[in-house]
Formats: sequence, structure tokens, C-alpha cells
Amino acid sequence: MTTSIVVDDVSKKFTLRYHRTLKQVTVAAMRRQELSNTFWALQNVSFEVQQGESIGLMGLNGSGKSTLLKLVNGVMRPDRGQVLTRGRIAGLIAARAGFHPQLSGRENIYLNAAVQGMSEAETKRKFDDIVEFADIGRFLDSQVGHYSSGMTARLGFSVAVHVDSDIFLADEVLAVGDRPFKKKCMERMKEIRDSGRTIFYVSHAPGSVRKMCNRVIVLEEGRVGFDGPTDEGISYLKYDNKADDEDDTDDDLGADI
Amino acid sequence: MTAVEETPAKGEPYDISHLPLVAPSATTGLFEVFRRRYLLRLLVRREISARYQASFLGILWSYVNPFTQFLLYYFILGIVVGLQDRFQNFAVHVFCGLVVVSFFTETFNAGTRSIVGNKQLVQKLAVPREMFPVASMLVSGYHVIPQLAVLFVVALAYGWTPDPVGMLGLFVALLIVGTLGTALALLFSAANVFFRDFAQAVNVLTNFVRFGVPMIYPYTLVSERFGSFAQFYLLNPIADAVLLVQRAIWVGTTSDPAEFTRMHIPDNILLIGLGAFGGSLVVLVIGQLVFSRLENKIPERL
Ligand SMILES: Nc1ncnc2c1ncn2[C@@H]1O[C@H](COP(=O)(O)OP(=O)(O)O)[C@@H](O)[C@H]1O
Ligand SMILES: [Mg+2]
Repeated sequence: MTTSIVVDDVSKKFTLRYHRTLKQVTVAAMRRQELSNTFWALQNVSFEVQQGESIGLMGLNGSGKSTLLKLVNGVMRPDRGQVLTRGRIAGLIAARAGFHPQLSGRENIYLNAAVQGMSEAETKRKFDDIVEFADIGRFLDSQVGHYSSGMTARLGFSVAVHVDSDIFLADEVLAVGDRPFKKKCMERMKEIRDSGRTIFYVSHAPGSVRKMCNRVIVLEEGRVGFDGPTDEGISYLKYDNKADDEDDTDDDLGADI
Repeated sequence: MTAVEETPAKGEPYDISHLPLVAPSATTGLFEVFRRRYLLRLLVRREISARYQASFLGILWSYVNPFTQFLLYYFILGIVVGLQDRFQNFAVHVFCGLVVVSFFTETFNAGTRSIVGNKQLVQKLAVPREMFPVASMLVSGYHVIPQLAVLFVVALAYGWTPDPVGMLGLFVALLIVGTLGTALALLFSAANVFFRDFAQAVNVLTNFVRFGVPMIYPYTLVSERFGSFAQFYLLNPIADAVLLVQRAIWVGTTSDPAEFTRMHIPDNILLIGLGAFGGSLVVLVIGQLVFSRLENKIPERL
């Protein structure tokens, strides 16, 4: 077994309000108010992931899931502790990530692929596959700013799954896609999982987590509340209680927000 | 970037134990930018195409703009103000300065805004963030080409013949501006993430650059007025770069290049220029160090 991700006693602090004007600062100072207030979005989070595991990352909004993914893909750095990863990381953290609204879909594919470490030759080789998977048809050459959010997500997801990554991260990706596309994404992620790569998948939909993941980590206000087998994780969250969410008939694919 | 791993066929053992376990955010700063030249090239190309997007004349504007500026200086300063008679080819003199100044101010201004402007990339994907100020410098450098082309054509029309020392000086001048511009862009692009005031401040600062270099006045004016204090004036690398370009092109368009060089260009300008380049490199190192310290907090503050 090869360790794929190490998260060692990681904490991440944010400031609640950043931009203050001179006037606000002066007034606050005169009233002897506290100038900046910080809070910990993640606290003492520790776990290890072996290569080939697929992890469902669950928890309420604001519990720190996206922050954790950003630490894993290297966008942010922890304030305490350390994050270590092995191999190339790809994935989709937000629908519009890494797209330039004024560029066409075609140009954006090249740019987005390059950011994730693909070479020009590699992108050229996979270009047709990427376009086919994204299924944006004749909009390929119109600017991405005019795409619907679903189309943008499709393009982003399509590029990400074509990167030869060792770790695949997916956050909020399936939330905006339509049903057929969600199905297609799940299929593709299963392929990625079956090829032995590590997957980190954020979702609120117990059905898809159950299908995709062999381990669940639940975050609660920035701390690890649960880390273990999928079914136990889902019952820990009480998400499988059908009676509670009567309008959520789409248990399989749910709204992944 | 890690080695390219092809997805193994199903069933084949998948082993990445030879790859190191590293911090995903590790970066080697500016060196990383040069390792990822392909991405840099895409970013530069994107900025260039964005500039003339949806314009019919497109890249032609890059020539129209400097040429009309040249004509303006020719008419206003040369003919209306009459500097043309007292000071040979004053329009060329001004234009030499303008090439340097606009390369510098464009790099400084666009570079300062570059990280905030590329929010979408910086926030969501791990890119070496030095990439953006460097790309701004290269885009500004790209726009120097048409300006130099217009300058060359005008100078040749005035009877200029290029000389090797001058050309070397021109090259050093571009190096100075590129290096110092990148250094300041690094510093201010990071600072601008924390307080958007910095972009405004840079706007104000660049106004001073125009008057801090011998562009719309000759260097002789400085040495006459300030005597030995003129050496402090030469501590400004941008002023040195302007003088190098004037030495390379403007003096060659006058009736007596040797005499004009002796009169209007400081002795050892090439040496001074190399010193300025060295100084710019030092500022670049400082810029990188500060950038690396601020970088940690950049994504969350965007
Ligand atoms: N850049 C930031 N600056 C300040 N606070 C932030 C920032 N990013 C996230 N947060 C805060 O951190 C907490 C965790 O956010 P997030 O990781 O996005 O949660 P989740 O993805 O689980 O919904 C939230 O309270 C959010 O407001
Ligand atoms: Mg989130």
C-alpha cells in the first residue's frame, strides 16, 4: 500500500472581515473594538489516505469541506500542521474554476489543461475526447462567459477527468449538471476509482457516496466527526433517514452543494 | 509537475510509490515559472488576444497608437513649442524615452493588477502565482515591439545607422526595465490582494516616472542645474534605460552623433546601465522574498 495523502494535525484560520476602510478602522479604534476577528475553519484535522481509496467527504455547509480540498490540492496552505500528497492532482473544485470568461471554450480547454499540468501534445491528443465528453457542441468556439453554469461545469469536469492524475478531487461538480450528465460523471469517476487512483468526493447525496466511496469522512465545524466505512458514516449523519427529507426523491444523485 | 503517468489498463497494477510525498503547495517561485513555459505562453497569448478583442483593426492598433503619439510630440513639442530648432530631432528624443517609460509603466500597472485579475485561476487551482506578474511583463514587452519598429523606421528616415555598442545598450535597457518592472509587479501584485489601494498608488507613482527620466527634457538640463548631484539622478534605473536608448538611436539621427553623445549622454552610460541592471536584479530578489511571504494568504483574501 502506498500512502497517497497525509493530513497531519492541520488547522486553517480565516479572518472574518478583511477589507476595512480607513474610516472604519479609526472608528473601531476609538471605540476600542476588536479590529480583526479570526476563526478556525479547520481544527486539528488528521487522517491518512492510501492510494486507491475513494473518500466521500461529507458535512453541513460551512463545515470546511472545500477548505480541506483546497489544502489538499495546494491552493491554500495550512496555518498549523502539514499536508503531503503523492503524484499529480486534478479535479474540479468549483464550476467556473480556471476559466476565462472572454476566451472561447476551445482556448479555455487548453488553458485549463495546462494549469493542471498537461502538456500541449497531451492536450491535443485528448482534445476530441474532452470535447465529446463535455458535449458542448457548436458552442466550443463561443466565449465561456456566455455558457450556462451547467455547460461550464461540464467543460471543467471533462478537462479534469482527462488529466492523468493520481489524486482526483471533486467538489460541487455535479450540483449544476443535468441528470444525464450527472450519470456520465459518476460513470467516469467510477472508472477513475477502478483504475486505482485516489478520489476525494464531496457530496450530500448518500446514494452516490454509497456507490462511489469505500470510506467517509464527516466534518463538523472544522473537526473530523467521523472517519470510517461508508454506511456507518451515512448513518452517523442520519442522511439515510428517508422520512426526514421527503422532497429529496433523487437520493442517488441529489443536489451536491 | 510530476512525471506524466498514463492511465494503466484495467487490471494492471497501479503503482506510484516511486513518486515523492510532498507538500502540494510547494513552489520554487520564479524558477517554477520557467519550468512551466507552456502555461506561461498560454497566459501571455491570452492577454494579448484579450487586449484587442472585438476590435476590427486588431493588432494594427499597436502600430497606430505609437505612431500617432510620435506625430503628436513632433507637432506639439517640436514645432509648436519650437524645441525642434533648439534641440535636434526632439521628437525622436521623446519617443526613445516613451518606449522605455511605457514598457515600464505597463508592466508595473498591469502586473500590479494581475493576481486580482486572475482570481479564478489563483483561487481554485495550484498555479505558481509568480506566473501572472511575469506574464504581464512579457505582454508589455510584446507591445514594445511595434513601438521599436516605428522608432526604427523614423530614425532610419532621419539617417540613423545602427552601431553595435548602441544596440547592446538598447538590449541592456530592455533588460533593466523588464527586471525592475517584474520585481515591482511581484511586490505590488501581492500587496494589492490585501489592499486594493496599491493599484491606485501605482497609478499615481507611474505619473512621476514620466518626469523622473530625461524624456521631455534633455539630460543636459539636469547636469547643468544640479552639477555633481546629477549622479543621484542616474541612480534611477529607468532614467539610465532611457539614456541608453537615446544613445542607441536618437544621437544617431543628429547631424553630429559623436558631439551629441559627448554633450547629452553621460560618460560610461553602458557601465552605468549594467550597474542599474545589477540593482534591478537585487530588487527582483527582494520582490521574490516578499512575494513568497505574502503568498500564503493570497488565495483566501481574493
Ligand atoms: N477565503 C475565506 N475567507 C474567510 N472565510 C472563509 C474563506 N473560505 C471559507 N471561509 C469560511 O470557512 C468556513 C468553511 O467553508 P467551506 O470550506 O467552504 O465549507 P463547506 O465547503 O464545507 O461548505 C465557512 O464558514 C466559510 O465562510
Ligand atoms: Mg463547499
